[in-house]
Amino acid sequence: MANAKSQTGRPLSPHLQIYKPMLTMMMSILHRMTGAALYLGSLLLAWWLIAAATGPDYFNFVNGLAGSLPGKLVLFGYTWALIHHMLGGLRHFIWDTGRGFELPTVEFMVRASLAASLGLTVFIWAAALFYSGAV
Amino acid sequence: MADMRTPLNKVRGLGSAKEGADHFWRQRVTALANIPLTLFLVVSIALLAGGDHAQVAAYLGSPLAAVPLLALVISAAIHMRLGMQVIIEDYVYGEGAKVLCLVANTFFTGLVALTCVYAIIKLSLGS
Repeated sequence: MANAKSQTGRPLSPHLQIYKPMLTMMMSILHRMTGAALYLGSLLLAWWLIAAATGPDYFNFVNGLAGSLPGKLVLFGYTWALIHHMLGGLRHFIWDTGRGFELPTVEFMVRASLAASLGLTVFIWAAALFYSGAV
Repeated sequence: MADMRTPLNKVRGLGSAKEGADHFWRQRVTALANIPLTLFLVVSIALLAGGDHAQVAAYLGSPLAAVPLLALVISAAIHMRLGMQVIIEDYVYGEGAKVLCLVANTFFTGLVALTCVYAIIKLSLGS
């Protein structure tokens, strides 16, 4: 359909800017945005694995960056994007079966997955910090 | 010359793109695989936090960690490629730019996967 505009010059239907933002719509956009962020974030995993395979010196350098405040913020965001995208995927699995399309159900699932993604991310970080003896 | 036919009219009767639900299905299968594998990675990293290089390298190179990690890298790379393909098809309008982006997508995800696989194998073979 992308070619429709260039070939016929006909007006297309109104896009995002015409609609009132709603939670379900924002979560749909967020699912795609977290997916794209994880796409780029895969470079961090590759970097970390390569650092571990290279040797202690380079690994300590990368670990130092990861352990700095900006590094921790990026990794916290990475964790949240991962969990959020995963919960969004589970929602899609439910929808794939043809269930859960009633508006109250959709609204509930969207709110629950947003709350769960934030809660789980904080829990994972708290557990990791506690286990590593940082707190 | 002005084209009087609508895009829909031009594709009617041509049949499917011969791929059917393949894209959809592979997206879902890799998504399913990614759930336990990603959780495994997250738990592993949480447990490795604060560990030194010897501990991390020994863990990543052990079969019980290396095999799930290899599976994750491959499954995630396929999932990423399919997902970014949809984003590109949605937002990149020009035919040339679209093809270039799709090829770049394949190269990027392939390289990331190979880089991870190389590192995991190197750690597993203990060098």
